[in-house]
Amino acid sequence: MKQSITLGKITKFMGLGFLSSLKDLFTGKLEKEDYVNFLRKVVVPLASVLLFIGLWHMGSQSLYNIEAEFKIEKALNDQGPAAAEAMRECIASGDVSCKPNTLPSPTQVWDSYKSLLRDHNIISADKAAFIEKTAALNEKRIAEGKDAITYTGRPSFVDQIFRSLKTVFAGFLLALVIAVPLGIFIGLSPTLKSSFNWFIQIFKPVSPVVWYLLVFMIVKTLLIDSNEDSSFTISFISVGLCSMWATLVNTAMGVSSVDKDYINVAKVLKLGNFQKIFKVVLPSSLPLIFTGLKITLSVAWMVLIAIELLAQSPGLGLFVWEEFQNGANDSNAKIIVAMFVIGIIGFLLDRLMLTIQNWVSFDKTDAI
Amino acid sequence: MATIIKDKTNVTLTENGLFPSSEVMLDLKNLKKVYPTPKGDYVVLEDLNLQIKKEEFVTIIGHSGCGKTTMLSMIAGLNPISGGNISVLGKHIKGPGPDRGVIFQAPSLMPWMTALQNVLLGVNQVFPDATKKQRNDIAKYYLQKVGLEDSFNKRASDLSQGMQQRVGIARAFAIKPKVLLLDEPFGMLDSLTRGELQDILIEIWNKEKITAVMITHDVDEAIFLADRVVMMTSGPKAKIGDVLDIDFERPRTRKSVLEHDDYYKYRKHLIDFLEH
Repeated sequence: MKQSITLGKITKFMGLGFLSSLKDLFTGKLEKEDYVNFLRKVVVPLASVLLFIGLWHMGSQSLYNIEAEFKIEKALNDQGPAAAEAMRECIASGDVSCKPNTLPSPTQVWDSYKSLLRDHNIISADKAAFIEKTAALNEKRIAEGKDAITYTGRPSFVDQIFRSLKTVFAGFLLALVIAVPLGIFIGLSPTLKSSFNWFIQIFKPVSPVVWYLLVFMIVKTLLIDSNEDSSFTISFISVGLCSMWATLVNTAMGVSSVDKDYINVAKVLKLGNFQKIFKVVLPSSLPLIFTGLKITLSVAWMVLIAIELLAQSPGLGLFVWEEFQNGANDSNAKIIVAMFVIGIIGFLLDRLMLTIQNWVSFDKTDAI
Repeated sequence: MATIIKDKTNVTLTENGLFPSSEVMLDLKNLKKVYPTPKGDYVVLEDLNLQIKKEEFVTIIGHSGCGKTTMLSMIAGLNPISGGNISVLGKHIKGPGPDRGVIFQAPSLMPWMTALQNVLLGVNQVFPDATKKQRNDIAKYYLQKVGLEDSFNKRASDLSQGMQQRVGIARAFAIKPKVLLLDEPFGMLDSLTRGELQDILIEIWNKEKITAVMITHDVDEAIFLADRVVMMTSGPKAKIGDVLDIDFERPRTRKSVLEHDDYYKYRKHLIDFLEH
């Protein structure tokens, strides 16, 4: 009993409260009055997911038909009735050469997902084998002072997910390190605020693409002597610069709008600046700072895809772009898989921030 | 039981009708407060003179907006003085400081801290040379005094409004100020809680005898707590309108005050002033 209460609390704490009612279903603990709740929290969302998949299926089916009709008609106009008939048969047979290229259906996407996982397993096995094979040689090379031989094969889809996460966290940390202290200074000093305000207002709406180009200009020159691949550096800095504004603005606002009563208490007690900032100002602005950080993380994840694509930095963005350029039979389905993966990871990142916010913040009701 | 009668008659006045300076804790001289507005200066307080003796409890009563709170926050040093001066034990004040403890209208506790941490915030600041244990003991002593011995480690945000204001009282007394400034501290509480807190306040005060200046809207509260009730005229250009000495013995109980022959005389005096 106690176990289930704590579990329920933990899931609720993490903003995953809906999971606990799902668990109740399987443990058979539902009371009569819980049914309405259960209906609302589990059945209705589940039904909406099914409805979504159904609509998607029908939509892709009709797009497929439009595309097929167009192909047949084109064959008819260009090459005559015989070619049209041949095209019709070809499409019906499901042959790759004449398959209509459009929005993939849910089943195709699911198949692609499985094939991407298979591909990952193959690549991982290959990589493990490579490492095993080169282990002895590498030891020798390191002893001789040479660089070790590393695996340079194609990254799998899962590798790219982790690479993207790494980029986004590096960018997020950069944003945190710049925006929070700067926000505190701006919030504390009206002079700094007015000197930085134009800067914030002008740079906040700048598009990720332009940030990327700016960072590219600077980093390219700074790393001119380096042989290292600078795409990771460029992409994480761009992500950080794009996404830091929400944190900067929120921190400054939180710090400058600390309840006047708290400030008066600090004044009456003659707290020093250090104490005032760390014991009064920061704790009281934490909810707003975290709201900013949450927005920053989700913006970072959102712009990451575009920036990876531009920077040619391996990751989900590059994956999507390469699949689009690739134009293979299942490319569209893979793009949709990537879309879902991006969405789900974005959701989980948001929950992660919410959990940390609940953990450190005094005001439990503030977090949404 | 030793009773201290705080009465103007006990003190020999100087020739110009003032208390001798050795008796005075807080002295407001020709105090003036002006807020500049687009239509010209708005004078809130003018020529305000008030002396408050050591170990005296003074309540200040007046209509809303007459400048009571402005005056109190000027004494606290939170609001700059436009003219005249304020001195504590003969020294002009410069800005806020822990020698003038404030109990605000809102409890103003840091909601992310526990009751104990809130009190310690001030204690640590005022007694930097004491050991950690000594400081803890001071904070705990005052929290016990306000009846919160079971809530040391409760977060301020989890306490009720009345409990929070008790912490506010403990915090103010724990820093051992020379003057205690109370800005309608019970204004936001229901009448039952208000009564309880008045009892707690007066009980601690009887022990500590810290010179206190309290703003209130409540005529009964003003009489029950005070040695003198200071009535302020309505603004603009508010000043001291009248001063009423309350000659009840201390320690007082609510019952003895209510049953005292002079109670209704005092009450009538205050209400007459406020209605004219």
